[in-house]
Amino acid sequence: MQKIGVFVCHCGTNIAATVDVKAVAEALKGEPGVVFSTDYQYMCSEAGQNLIKNSIKEYGLTGVVVCSCSPRMHEQTFRKAAQSAGINPYMVEIANIREQCSWIHKDIWSATEKAIILGKAAVAKVQLNAPLTAGESPVVKRALVIGGGIAGIQTALDIAEAGFEVDIVEKQPTIGGKMTQIDKTFPTLDCAACILTPKMVDCAQNEKIKIYSYSEVADVKGFVGNFTVKIKKKARYVDEDKCTGCGICTEKCPVKNVPNEFNMGMDNRRAIYIPFAQAVPKVATIDANYCNMLKNGKCGVCSKFCTVGAIDYKQQDTIVEEKYGAIVVATGFNPIKLDDFDEFAYSQSKDVITSLEFERLTNAAGPTSGTLLRPSDGKHPHTIVFVQCVGSRDTSGCGKTYCSKICCMYTAKHAMLTREKYPDTDVYVFYIDVRTPGKNFDEFYRRAVEEYGVHYIKGMVGKVVPRSDGTLMVQASDLLSNEQLHINADLVVLAAAIEPDKSARSLATMLTASMDTNDFFTEAHPKLRPVESPTAGIFLSGVCQGPKDIPETVSQASAAAAKVIGLLAKDKLTCNPCVAQANELMCNGCSSCEKVCPYGAITYSDKEFRMPDRTTAIRRVASVNEAVCQGCGACTVACPSGAMDLKGFSNSQIMAEVDAICK
Amino acid sequence: MQSEMIKRAKELLASGEVARVVGWKAGEFDYDITPGVFTTAEELDSAFLYNDLCEANLSKYMIAQSRKEGKTLVFLKPCDTYSFSQLLKEHRILRENVYVIGVPCDGKVDVDTVKATGLTGICSMTSDGETVTVKTLYGDSTMSKADAMSERCINCKSKKHVVYDELLGEEGDVVADNHRFDMVEKIEAMTPDERFEFWRNELSRCIRCNACRNVCPACSCEKCVFDNEQSGAFNKGASDSFEENMFHIIRAFHVAGRCTDCGECSRVCPQNIPLHLLNRKFIKDINELYGEYQAGENADERAPLNTFTTEDVEPSIVYERGGKQ
Repeated sequence: MQKIGVFVCHCGTNIAATVDVKAVAEALKGEPGVVFSTDYQYMCSEAGQNLIKNSIKEYGLTGVVVCSCSPRMHEQTFRKAAQSAGINPYMVEIANIREQCSWIHKDIWSATEKAIILGKAAVAKVQLNAPLTAGESPVVKRALVIGGGIAGIQTALDIAEAGFEVDIVEKQPTIGGKMTQIDKTFPTLDCAACILTPKMVDCAQNEKIKIYSYSEVADVKGFVGNFTVKIKKKARYVDEDKCTGCGICTEKCPVKNVPNEFNMGMDNRRAIYIPFAQAVPKVATIDANYCNMLKNGKCGVCSKFCTVGAIDYKQQDTIVEEKYGAIVVATGFNPIKLDDFDEFAYSQSKDVITSLEFERLTNAAGPTSGTLLRPSDGKHPHTIVFVQCVGSRDTSGCGKTYCSKICCMYTAKHAMLTREKYPDTDVYVFYIDVRTPGKNFDEFYRRAVEEYGVHYIKGMVGKVVPRSDGTLMVQASDLLSNEQLHINADLVVLAAAIEPDKSARSLATMLTASMDTNDFFTEAHPKLRPVESPTAGIFLSGVCQGPKDIPETVSQASAAAAKVIGLLAKDKLTCNPCVAQANELMCNGCSSCEKVCPYGAITYSDKEFRMPDRTTAIRRVASVNEAVCQGCGACTVACPSGAMDLKGFSNSQIMAEVDAICK
Repeated sequence: MQSEMIKRAKELLASGEVARVVGWKAGEFDYDITPGVFTTAEELDSAFLYNDLCEANLSKYMIAQSRKEGKTLVFLKPCDTYSFSQLLKEHRILRENVYVIGVPCDGKVDVDTVKATGLTGICSMTSDGETVTVKTLYGDSTMSKADAMSERCINCKSKKHVVYDELLGEEGDVVADNHRFDMVEKIEAMTPDERFEFWRNELSRCIRCNACRNVCPACSCEKCVFDNEQSGAFNKGASDSFEENMFHIIRAFHVAGRCTDCGECSRVCPQNIPLHLLNRKFIKDINELYGEYQAGENADERAPLNTFTTEDVEPSIVYERGGKQ
């Protein structure tokens, strides 16, 4: 029989306001094995911890139950306290009477009753606790960054700077991401390419960084410190090592009508292409959907002109397997599709464009060489209407409920730059709210209104109608003057909401990292662990975690890198001792556990057993690799005979808890 | 068929290819045919039986038999091969030590079904494939074989052998249009109170003889959780009549996704509890939630409850179905 001490925390009024903590402490005194029970205002405080430590010594406690907040919050704290008082840290059990009790109940009587029941369950469990010792596992000193946009680039550079190897996997032919398509960056208006391309070149030149461009993550196995990742290098039909990026193939290719994704489809590229001049790696890629040679075997022009023989029509997708200690997700975003927003006539008129298309129209490397011209007739637009929150903060179900965060600022930037370059242009911005928190952000927005005379109108655009004279009729309401407005515009720019890249969901499944309902990756703690996924060894960088602008993305990228460096700097990690264990005498050898194990921690072997009738028999039995097991418990549920058990969460412990609750 | 089977068995015994034969022989009562192990030609001649009364599924015996010295010949009816194949999948039978001869089956006659027609004092039963003749203390009676067959044979799921080394007689096909889920649907349509009442009524008759567990090919654990004092479920199903009910529900959970619906549990139940309905509910749910799946049909196929895919139903499916089923 254990000698159990029960410690009930008030958590200030967090618990004590809804739970009669003294009654809980009193009620648990009568439970089997309980030799001491008390309450205290803040059990996690130094005084509270000392109370636990002193009681362990004074009463010779062998088990401790703390009725307090979630074990996610302070289990470690109390385990350490118990350990310093000389008992095994795994002899501590937490009864969560805050998140699962006081915070969700209003009635003191029923909350107190529930707190007592939760306490009884924890007492019943700790009766069956056994001391556990954590093992160690080695750390592979190499990191993987998935996504090569500004987030991935910054993370990779920082990790490499600390001396660790880091690989970037980018699905596009070049790294750089969305930032390569942006013209100027707010609030300082420096040119995006001028600040980004040096970082891209740094990546390419850094000997610690390896770039897998035009590649995707195909499979992830393993756990923190020891991931095994399969990377699919898609066939680009060009030998990366031979190609010099001279570009002659992209000039000679006869297929000229491929929509150029870099310019948002507003001009064309060839079937063999280099996305843009500063691409890294600067290597051509053949688009198999358009290449005549790959489609029907008739052409071969690029191969003839290539002076280094880099073209290889027979190239296949290849799989590379690598080991990593940490994985950073930096999969970024895309503007949403505007198919559900017919009222803005996006699909009907060429002159209704998205903000990212507007960036390309004002960029020197864009389809108009940087002159702002209407896509329909190439004329200079005199009246431009910017519509904010297209699909953002949208509760109608067509768009996203969240704020995309970046649109207020880039729209102010667009409006300001337009007025500066073309002072004869009338610029209107329709908004729900203008949100400009950020260093020098509000000043930037005010400059657009006050110095540049941009017409900011609070209200939403109801309808955009293309007219026969080529102009666009914009119907809108001005909520401040309570008027209906009709504006004849030449160009309408929609600030489309942003959403996580589509690849993120399948990636989350592979990584067993959790996501929210909008497919943004969830952080381990929204305030205190914002760059870590709840899955150990998986870190988050950039918009994959939530909408953010470039300065924020770069800070988060560096923060993620710091976390990765902290992990890779360790030689060994302490394993979770709560791992599965197979009772060979009970094991049927049926393989159910092996099939459900997501970590590949279970293997089978034939072993000789002495049977009760003194004969020997060879039986197929399971064994668990404790270094690989993550203690998820899937096997214990799958095992029909109960041979598989989880240390610290054994079947009998859980049954004891259930019994205590049902008593 | 019986003589053909004896002939083949003798040949295989004589050539030394197999060391023993697992088949059927007469039991205490004439109609109560039981599994038997035969090691000589003489035993086969004198005791081996194969007729419309040979109901027992022999696959589970192969767990122990396949671990003996030498090969074992076993005769399997189509539905037995599903259990056999499932046991192979679970590595319970050593395939290389078994010689399987598939034998045809067009439904077996069941004494409980005959009794249910009102006949008492049954002394013996014989079937010529069409008509069943029942000798009772009170005189002879005949009925068509279809009327004497158990529900599992009327709703036969397959006349095709999924695993064998050799076949005797003609091979049949999977029976797609059986009505084995009709009763499950009826129970599903009940209100929770009616359903509870139904099962309380059925399960309250349980005497915990463990016959269902002992005959079930899916219940092949080295040690059952109910017999294992460390399992936390030890003696759980024995303290009162309600917990006894839980024994059957837990057993159904343990065999979910592995039960081939062979129906042995209900056949051997001395209290005539329709235990197979619990398993069929799971089979029906698996079919509906994860796509059609027949345990044992394909030894290489991954079982839906052991496999995670991104297409799997979300837990919210219970709410989508109104929480009724």
